[in-house]
Amino acid sequence: MGPEVMQRNTNTAIGERVMAIIAEQALIDASDLTPESRLADLGIDSLGLVECIFGIEEAFGITIPFNANTPDTPGFDLSSVGAIISEVENLVARQAA
Amino acid sequence: MTRIVITGAGTLNPLGANLADTWSAFSAGTCAIGPLTCRDVERLSVQIGAEIRGFVPEDHFPRTAISLLDRFSQIALVAARQAVAQSGLEIDEALGLRAGVVLGTAGGGNTTVDDNYRAVYGEGKNRVHPFVVPRLMHNAATSQLAMEFGLKGPSFTVSTACASSNHAMGQALQLLRSGAADVMLTGRSEAMLCFGGIKAWEGLRVMARDTCRPFSRNRSGMVQGEGGAVFVFETLEHAHARNATILAEVAGFGMSSDAGDIVMPDVDGPVRAMRAALADAKVAPEDVGYVNAHGTGTAANDRIEAQALHLVLGAHAGRVPVSSTKSMHGHLIGGTSAVELLACLLALQDGTIAPTVNHTETDPEIALDIVPNTARKADVSVAMTNAFAFGGLNAVLVLKRWI
Repeated sequence: MGPEVMQRNTNTAIGERVMAIIAEQALIDASDLTPESRLADLGIDSLGLVECIFGIEEAFGITIPFNANTPDTPGFDLSSVGAIISEVENLVARQAA
Repeated sequence: MTRIVITGAGTLNPLGANLADTWSAFSAGTCAIGPLTCRDVERLSVQIGAEIRGFVPEDHFPRTAISLLDRFSQIALVAARQAVAQSGLEIDEALGLRAGVVLGTAGGGNTTVDDNYRAVYGEGKNRVHPFVVPRLMHNAATSQLAMEFGLKGPSFTVSTACASSNHAMGQALQLLRSGAADVMLTGRSEAMLCFGGIKAWEGLRVMARDTCRPFSRNRSGMVQGEGGAVFVFETLEHAHARNATILAEVAGFGMSSDAGDIVMPDVDGPVRAMRAALADAKVAPEDVGYVNAHGTGTAANDRIEAQALHLVLGAHAGRVPVSSTKSMHGHLIGGTSAVELLACLLALQDGTIAPTVNHTETDPEIALDIVPNTARKADVSVAMTNAFAFGGLNAVLVLKRWI
């Protein structure tokens, strides 16, 4: 996806795509996710988390700073679905700027 | 039961190009981790590793041989020549029939794979060098050693990721005990510091950003290295018959499978492997004088390994020196426990405990004496070395001092 297309993405569209990626990992329907949902509560383990991050990076052409050994200081807020969406929105905006 | 001893040790690793140099680096607490120099390094997010520097293949092999030798085979051959020379073995036709090779590997000829995938996919070439297969196959180094020294007995390659060397050396031990051979070359080398080899590890998000700090609270993961070590294992009877100098006794081996998670370590599997190795060696936990830890520097491994050591050694776990030399030579993946066995030999032979370097912050969850930053003298008669692989496959060796 080129940068022009990225810019046309509304934030809603980003949120929907992030939720679709997370829902696929959690083996649930995206409509069952809320911004407050926490990945661990969805049954996403450390490997699932790394796959989610990879999926998001590939979908948006961004690089997410994440090291599985230091999850409490990730440089990227993974505490909830809503937090992840707003971090992705920031990275996409920075990429487009 | 037949007793098995080590009569030769050779190595080529980031800390040194032979046993003496490696022991000096262990004693000095040298860290060989530095900037990576592989091709396309600018496209890697992991930019550090422990490379072997100054190794010139042409100094060791004729050009015609090099075209058949991936870097992992070159390292294994260089190490094996040193080990055989130190052992003083003269391998004639009769001994050759009673001698074999068991090496472990995780990646095999990773550099050859990387170079040739680049050629056909990246550069669009439609032809590869005729020796790609004999270079890359996992048993290439094993077979090269067998050919070099005329070893015609039991020979094969073991692949259990980061526990490959310990599993291989355990197999060599059991073959010798069983009577299938009198002499075995065993150990391992690994050469995965190429673009694809590092890129694959990058994907897991477990690599350290700064350096390898096993057991330190601020650890941020693994650092890859390259290299290996090869040993001559021999029955005591055979070694005595030729008046060989004995470096140590290989007293026990234990292995187990977690049957849990493909990457997350478990406490129970390592505990069972350590207990099995100590029982096999007929050693009480309180007699262990040094533990060379798996100690990868990941959050998960170090915490679990500390718990496992406490379960196996009880109160002794807080007293016995436990170090991770991966802080110095990096994680040599399939070759790592072979180089770590050199640290066990140093402890048994010289009474020097190699340190865990790069230690800056005590982790309250790791109640171990990790020998931070500086080598220490200690009277060690039994050393245990751990290897806990991805896939939950665990292998532990116990060595005894030979007096």
